[in-house]
Order: sequence, then C-alpha cells, then structure tokens
Amino acid sequence: MLNSYILRRLLLIAPVLFGVTIIVFLVISLVPGDPAKAILGTFATPEAVAQVRHDLGLDESLPAQYGIWLFNLLQGDFGRSYILHKPVIVEIMARLFPTLLLAGVALVLSSVFGILLGIVAAVRQNAWPDKVITVAVLIGISTPSFWLGILLIFWFGVRLAWLPVGGMQEMFGGGGVWDVTRHLVLPSCALAAVAGAVLVRLTRGAMLEVMRQDFVRTARAKGLPERRVIFVHAFRNALVGIIPVIGLEAGFVLGGAVYIETVFQWPGIGRMLVSAISTRDILLVQGGVLVIAFAYVLINLLADIAQSLLDPRIRAG
Amino acid sequence: MQDFRLTRRGLLAGTAAIAAFGARRASAQTPNNVLVIGHVAELQTLDPAQAVTISDFRILANIYEGLLRYKDDTLDVEPGLAESWTLSPDAKTYTFKLRQGVKFHDGGDFNAETVKFNFDRVTQKDHPYANTGPFPFVFTLGPVEKTEVLDPYTVAITLKEPYSPMLTMLAGAIGGLAGISPAAVKKYGKDFARNGGGTGPFKFTLWESGQRFVLDANPTWWRGKVKLAGLVYRPIVDENARVSEMLSGGTDITIEVPPDNIATFTASKNFTFYEQSGPHLWYLMLNCKEKPFDDKRVRQAANYAINKEALVTEILKGTATVAAGVTPPAFTWAHDNDLKPYSYDPAKAKALLAEAGYPNGVDVTFYVTESGSGMLSPILMGTAIQADLAAAGIRAKIETYEWNTFLGKIIPGMEGKAQVAELSFMTQDPDMHPFLALRTGAPVNSGRYSNPKVDALIDAARAEPNIAKRGALYKQMQDLIADDAPWVFIANWKQNAVSSAAVKGFKLHPSFTTRFWDTSKA
Repeated sequence: MLNSYILRRLLLIAPVLFGVTIIVFLVISLVPGDPAKAILGTFATPEAVAQVRHDLGLDESLPAQYGIWLFNLLQGDFGRSYILHKPVIVEIMARLFPTLLLAGVALVLSSVFGILLGIVAAVRQNAWPDKVITVAVLIGISTPSFWLGILLIFWFGVRLAWLPVGGMQEMFGGGGVWDVTRHLVLPSCALAAVAGAVLVRLTRGAMLEVMRQDFVRTARAKGLPERRVIFVHAFRNALVGIIPVIGLEAGFVLGGAVYIETVFQWPGIGRMLVSAISTRDILLVQGGVLVIAFAYVLINLLADIAQSLLDPRIRAG
Repeated sequence: MQDFRLTRRGLLAGTAAIAAFGARRASAQTPNNVLVIGHVAELQTLDPAQAVTISDFRILANIYEGLLRYKDDTLDVEPGLAESWTLSPDAKTYTFKLRQGVKFHDGGDFNAETVKFNFDRVTQKDHPYANTGPFPFVFTLGPVEKTEVLDPYTVAITLKEPYSPMLTMLAGAIGGLAGISPAAVKKYGKDFARNGGGTGPFKFTLWESGQRFVLDANPTWWRGKVKLAGLVYRPIVDENARVSEMLSGGTDITIEVPPDNIATFTASKNFTFYEQSGPHLWYLMLNCKEKPFDDKRVRQAANYAINKEALVTEILKGTATVAAGVTPPAFTWAHDNDLKPYSYDPAKAKALLAEAGYPNGVDVTFYVTESGSGMLSPILMGTAIQADLAAAGIRAKIETYEWNTFLGKIIPGMEGKAQVAELSFMTQDPDMHPFLALRTGAPVNSGRYSNPKVDALIDAARAEPNIAKRGALYKQMQDLIADDAPWVFIANWKQNAVSSAAVKGFKLHPSFTTRFWDTSKA
C-alpha cells in the first residue's frame, strides 16, 4: 500500500518538472533586455551582438530554443555559461551544497525550535511563556529576514565581533566543520526566524485543538504522565498537520536563501541566480531554477511520505 | 511544569556556547603578507580580450601587461612590455621594440611572435584561436589591419586608417591582451577564460565561485619582486556587506565605499581612505530629435535648471565633482580648463523655456535606472533632478528600469519613448565617448545629436598623432558641444577605497584600475 503510494508520487515528479522547464524558460525569455548586449556591454558593435546571439542560439524561434534546451537537458547537458565560461552544471554543483547546507540547517532549526516553542505555548496557554512566545512570533513573522540578517551582522559580526559577517569559510586556513559552523550561525538563524515563527503558530494551534479532544482526556483519565500525554498522544496527532507545512517551509527557506545568501555572501545558488539574472546568463538561470525546483519537489515528496507514515488515511485516499 | 525548565536551561547553555564559539575575533584572520580585497563583483573572465566590465579590468591589470602602460599618477603613457615605439609618416603603422628577457607565468618567452599571435587572435577572423572570443572591446584598440614580426623583438601593427587613441588604449586594461601567453591559449582553448596566463606582477592560482579569486606574486616579474605574497579578491556585491566585512576585519581593502559610509571610515584611525578622480562622466542624454529638446534653448534651459553643486555634495557626499563638459578633467591634455559649468539659474531656465515657446512649461519622460556600472546613486539622483527640472517648468515623468532593460530601451534610440535619460561613461581616451555617443549616426548616439562641425573635429583629432594638437581639437569640440547642450553635464566621479591602516603604498589610479604591485601590508 505504502509502496504504491510512493510510486504514484514519484511518477508525478516527471510532469511537474516538465511544467517547471516550460515556466522557467518562458519567464526568462520574457525578461526584457538582450542577453547579447548584457554580455557585450553598452558599446557593442551590431556584428558582435549578432555573433553572440547566434552563439547563444537566440536567433532561433522560441519553440526551437526551448526544444534544443530540453533535448540537451534530457541528456544531462545544461549547456555552457557564456558569462562564466564554464559548463552550467559545474557551476550549479559547486553552488548546490552551500545552499542545501544553509537551507537544511535553517529548516532543522526552524522546525525544532518552532515545534518546541509551539508545544510550550499550547501547554502553557495564556500563561507568561505563551504570551512571550506569541509576541516573539509576531515580531518574527513581520521581520523581513534580510533585514534581520543585517541586524545580526551589525551586532554579532561588527559590534561584538563574535562571529564572521559573511562567506562560508575563512579565506585562510578555513574550511573545517568548525569553521563552516561558525559561518553558518548568523545566516541560518536569519533564515530560520520567519519559518520558525510560522511553525510556532501552527503547532500551538494544532496542539490546542488536539488537546481538547476526547482521547487526550481519556489518556489523562487513565493516569498517564502529562509528558506522555503531550508528546505521544497529542503531539503525534498534531504532527500530521504540521509535516506538510514543513515541506512548504522548505520552499520558503530555499527561496529566502536568495537574499540571505546575498546579505551574507554565502556562495550558494541563490546568489548565483541573482547575478545570473542581472547579467542575463540565461542557461545558468534556467539550470539553477530547475535544480532548486527539483530539490523543492523532492523535499515535499519526503514530507508527504512522512505524513502518510503517520496517518494511514492519506495512503488510502 | 518540570518538563520545560530543562528547555529554558538548555537555551541558556546554547547561548553561552554560541558566545564561546565566537570568542576568537573574526578579525586578524588575514595573514600578514596577503591582501584581501572586497571586490564589487564576481570575476567574469581571465581573458583581457573578452573582458567588458571595469570590475574585471581592475583585477586583470595585476595579471597582464600591455606594450605600454600609464604613468603612476596620470593617464600619460610610458613604455611597458615595449621599450620604445615609432609611428610611420602616414600615421598608420606603429613599430614597437620589445623588452627582452620577459617571461610568461608559465615560463615561456615573451617576444614579437607572441605579440603577433595575440593581435591576430582578436583581429583576424581566420585565426585558429579566433573562436575563443567574442572580443567586444577590441575595436577600441583601433582598426588593425595586420601585425608583422620584423625581428624576434620588433613588431609592427598596421592600421586601416590613422587612429591616434591607439597608444592610450594599448596602455589601458584592454591593451593587456598584448601580454597574453599564447601557450596558455593553445593549451586551454575556450577555457583560457577560466585559466589565464600573462607576464604581470601576479599570477592566477585559485578561483572558487562566489567565494574567492586568488593571485600569487610572480617571483620572476621583470620589474622586480612585489612586496605582497598574494592577493585574494572576495566578490561582495552588496555594498552594505562590503562595509561590514571591512569593519569586522574580513577584508584589508574595499573599493567603492557607498557615500553614506565614508564618514565611518574617515573618522577612525584604523582605516585609510583613498580618493581619485578619473575619466568618468555622469550626464543626462537629451532627445535632440523630438520636441521639446530639438530646440537648443530648451536643452540649455535644462542645463541651467539643475543644481549640480547640490547633487554632488548632498547626494554623492563629495564623491564627485561638477562636470563642465564632455571631456573629464582626468585627461589633463585634452580637458578645457576655461570651460565653466552651466550655472544654477532657474530664472534663466524659465526665460529660455518661454523664449522657445513653452511659457507654461513642458511635460517629458525621464528614463532612470535602478543601478548600473558607474551610475552612482541613480534613483536618488533621478528624483532630485526631477524636482529641479520641475521648478524650472520641465515636468519630468520618471520611468525606472533595471540596468540591462534600461540599456535595451535607450541604445536603439530614444525617439518616441523618452526625452531625458540618465547615463554614465568611463573611458581611457577622450575620443571614445564623443565618437560613440555624439558623432552623427554613431552607434550609441541615442539622442540623435548632430553637428557637422563637431563630427569634423572628432575625426580630425582621431587622425592627429601630435598630442598637443589633438588636445587643442578636443578643447574646441568641448566648447561647441557645451553650447549645443545635447546633454546635461552633471558630475565626474571620484573613485574611492578604504583600507586598514596596515596597508601601505597603495594608491588609486585615474584609469580606475586598482594596481597592487607597490602595495605592502604590515
């Protein structure tokens, strides 16, 4: 039963990604500004522009351009970046790990803290921990993460000088786990704050609802310890509603990485995309967005599977 | 609730751990002899023949050398890889005597054959390595017809027609292509752009996308050993991030400090601040083909209407000076010191406008860009200019575009779209800007300005090998253009930089490249 569910979901990935390729391609094509002129600079001669347009395949019709891109893509060829002078896939692979690391840590941080604080707030409803958490969550949700990032840089990087303000590793003698961890603290916290705040609210609501139900009252009446009632009986049921949101949060942190990476000079795909868009590096943008979309689809699949493990009704439906 | 006190305690412990974790200050991490540079963008190419951005040229100037070079403080040329040169009587053939004993980073010899290879690669379409391009800026070196080896250390470059800017262009960043290692081009082919190889004071070592670009000192540099062991460029696109890295000690030097942050650095003894004016012009291009700016009086009115002094001091915080005309003062030999900027005179602007038949003012569309190379603070500048113009009766409706979109709209011509557009230009020779943007029918003359007298002066100066005579022609040109007012001349930018006090021997150069061969770090 479970296997056929996973198989069904896996089969759905292909059409989703196909749709993504079309959207990505169209969006980039509709962006005004000639990539050839962006490459050659303000004072390019018309011959040079024509040559570059030809090299880039921009003199073909749109459907032909898409067809060629997709045909190459299916063979694993993402093309060559005209700006960076190297294969797109090489650049994406170099940038993928930092982004997955940052987004992954942010997702874990936001999930762990979001859920824990949400449970605390629900259990101590209307007492001071609940009030403190609710106010903190309100601030968290309404703070743009790039601004929070700048604040963190200012206090912990410049004023207190506890942590590095940017980059993923020291320029010299860096690169170890410890070094990367130090560099991860500020950007991952900035990125996790909003996502975590959303989860606190959601968890609090879900827990409150579950804890009002009969089976929780029965568990208490049986004389189970409160800790067991909350974590095993109530939380497990609340989790069914929380997990798909964690899947959505994955998309949020991957998207948020675009500006957090810029603020913190994190060498990931987000920053790569920002500069690729401004230089109209079409193939790099298409490849980068496609890989991010793939990661997002995959994470959501995992979330759905986790949810179906917790709640058999989903597999059946 | 027993259960949650633990969590609170845990939280405290976590905070303490984070504090301990950062106990080692982020600063003092850069080793003694290596300079870490906060750079404005990721490097795009290691091939000077392919580079198009000033941020690339800033790096490449430390790797490649041209046949000629600029003197330390000016844009005057002096011998580089060539020891001397002569020009044929018909002003079409330059003959260069090359320096002997110069080695490429890969150990090969620099000689007349390598110079020929480099020029042929970028100018001869049938050259076996012509496909390692495109070479968009090579045309600025001149209409090269052929390059000949006269003996192992003498090379002659023949032009299709006289082109006097050639010497300054050869000394400039694009001229660095003369010192490319042909062996490296042959070895890497299209990947030469990722590997490079020249004769300069520093050689390429490591390039990690989005993180760092590393150069090591070239121990066999013909001009002697440099003081630094190497350079590390960190691409930090966000200007606030560049400032915080500098403040926290993550970089030793940062180029292009935002105007608002300059005071932070000048107030501290820990930093040294640098400034240098260069061949840059920030201006408004006016649509001379259509109403209302087809009338010279309205164009002059726009020049009188804008308070340039206020723009330069209030918005650019003194990082620029008021411009008087088309030729920046950095070209000491070509700039007309007698030419005065249009004064700020709104009453005169109104009078001129009325005289031209617009007593009730006029509505125009004003293209503004969000950012862009050399555009300083384009949105703030645009809105301040809008207010000044409105006070004189020119009511400008601003349309804002992202840089490449903006260029895409302007370059094909402004007619039917806009009457005013803000633009800027950096150049290495006074010829290039007027030749490309003011000469009748020129490719970037998007305002469609045309004055046959100006065209004749530009052409005559182009063909005039004597620099004093050439300078005199440009001075006449500036006066004519200032009176015709096809543009509103606003500002000449001063490039700036800040370094830690430990950095010695650095100065900015008028060419806007950053040269580190005389720099040391305590």
